[in-house]
Amino acid sequence: MAEQPQAIKPIIEINDLSAKKGLRDLPWWFFAIILIAIYAIIIISTNEDFNSTFLFIKKGLSITISTTVIAYSLAIFFGLIAGLGRISKNVIINNLARLYVELIRGIPILVLIFFIALVGVPLLVDQLNAFGYWLSEQGMEFLGKAFTAFTNQDVPMKTRAIIALAVTYGAYLAEIFRAGIQSIVKGQMEAARSLGMSYGQAMRYVILPQAIRNVLPALGNDFVAMVKDSSLVSVLGVRDITQVGRLYAGTTFKFREVYIILAVMYLTVTVVLSIVVQFIERRLKTHD
Amino acid sequence: MTDQDPIIKVIDLYKYFDKIKAVDGVSLNIGRGKVVVVIGPSGSGKSTLLRCINHLEEPTSGEIWIDGEQVTKEAKKINEIRAEIGMVFQLFNLFPHLSVLENVTLAQKVIRGRSKDEAKQIAMEKLDRVGIPEKADAFPSNLSGGQQQRVAIARALAMDPKIMLFDEPTSALDPEMIKEVLDVMLDLAQEGMTMVCVSHEMGFVRSAADEVVFMDFGKIVEHTTPDGLFNNPQNDRTKLFLSQILEH
Repeated sequence: MAEQPQAIKPIIEINDLSAKKGLRDLPWWFFAIILIAIYAIIIISTNEDFNSTFLFIKKGLSITISTTVIAYSLAIFFGLIAGLGRISKNVIINNLARLYVELIRGIPILVLIFFIALVGVPLLVDQLNAFGYWLSEQGMEFLGKAFTAFTNQDVPMKTRAIIALAVTYGAYLAEIFRAGIQSIVKGQMEAARSLGMSYGQAMRYVILPQAIRNVLPALGNDFVAMVKDSSLVSVLGVRDITQVGRLYAGTTFKFREVYIILAVMYLTVTVVLSIVVQFIERRLKTHD
Repeated sequence: MTDQDPIIKVIDLYKYFDKIKAVDGVSLNIGRGKVVVVIGPSGSGKSTLLRCINHLEEPTSGEIWIDGEQVTKEAKKINEIRAEIGMVFQLFNLFPHLSVLENVTLAQKVIRGRSKDEAKQIAMEKLDRVGIPEKADAFPSNLSGGQQQRVAIARALAMDPKIMLFDEPTSALDPEMIKEVLDVMLDLAQEGMTMVCVSHEMGFVRSAADEVVFMDFGKIVEHTTPDGLFNNPQNDRTKLFLSQILEH
């Protein structure tokens, strides 16, 4: 009730008194990371070897970013559906959602990426093709063609990698969404339903806006985690920065340059994103 | 106490929570435009009875009829019936992510299909009526308890309900805010709204109620008028309850 926001406020005020903080309390770890980044920039711009390595690896950046962004968007979609499924009172939906979450969470991401890309997607495409042939036999050739127009060879590894990441992260996001929805007090659903809203309308207009707000920091953290895990798609030969770096190191033997630059690139992106997440988190708290 | 054409008919209602009988065989008719206050000790099933009326709790058995239509599980129908029944909760249950105005316009737009302007106009009328039009752009967390409860009443009224249910609307309020909420309720009662209130405000019973229902252990022990309740209670348990709450 009315007491809750008041209980949160003093905590923020204590943080705001941070002007009195001593040297001990400064974020030294952050300064260290900035130093590392500055050092890296200097080396890249002055050292010939580092410079050429950086320029080569940079070519993978667009793949890393696009893979992460597309896979994460899909994962939000899967996660929201599975999260709603997890709280559904329908036994079948509920158990299907639970099965998905438990299956994915019980398998290492690396194995999942191999499995989904090399077993799951081909299986799915075969099934779709078979369905297409069946449709054609039934006389619906036009519709059937839509399902037989592509074969396994037509599905690029990048697409498979994106599907694999999205399916994997969907399960983790599902638990975040479930927790977020369950954190909204029962009275909100009752108030919405008492006004005549259906379950879906109440979810859409009342519960989810509040739940998503509550879980934004958690969603942000998982986005940062996915930026890092996107490096795993290199095992499928997708030319993200990790894969491009590995290829370069393999031909030039500049292992030191490649992995220093790779590490710094990931570090820069994730630290910046973490700061953005913290900023959002703080803003949300003060607005409560 | 029966009416020729009751707007709410409760027939032989039972509601169990596992093995606890919250409502234990209640039948009740409430006439159009009547103000009925349900009183009784805590745990006597008052709130459960109220929540069964709009199926926020699904009855274990028994029938509820609202204005000639039976309330059933069927989703589409229950939503239609609920839109005609305003409900005010003990803890207000305003939507904290929406402004006061948006709280009052949301269901109008989603359920009644009113345009933005029309919904806003009606919302302002209702906020005016509960006495806080100036808070339209505020957020619920910036309002006092009494103000929040008045917004909750405006939110329910904006749907033009036939019936208003009040579930202990003043129990969570600081004493100095109770009056502002009761004033709004009294005003509604005088305008002829059908109201069912679970409340312990005896002043409200005296000034606004047409009928009083006393419940204990899930059963209706006494169904009488305010006059009959205060001056001539029939049942020993009613007398005991009254002596306990009226003594101070």
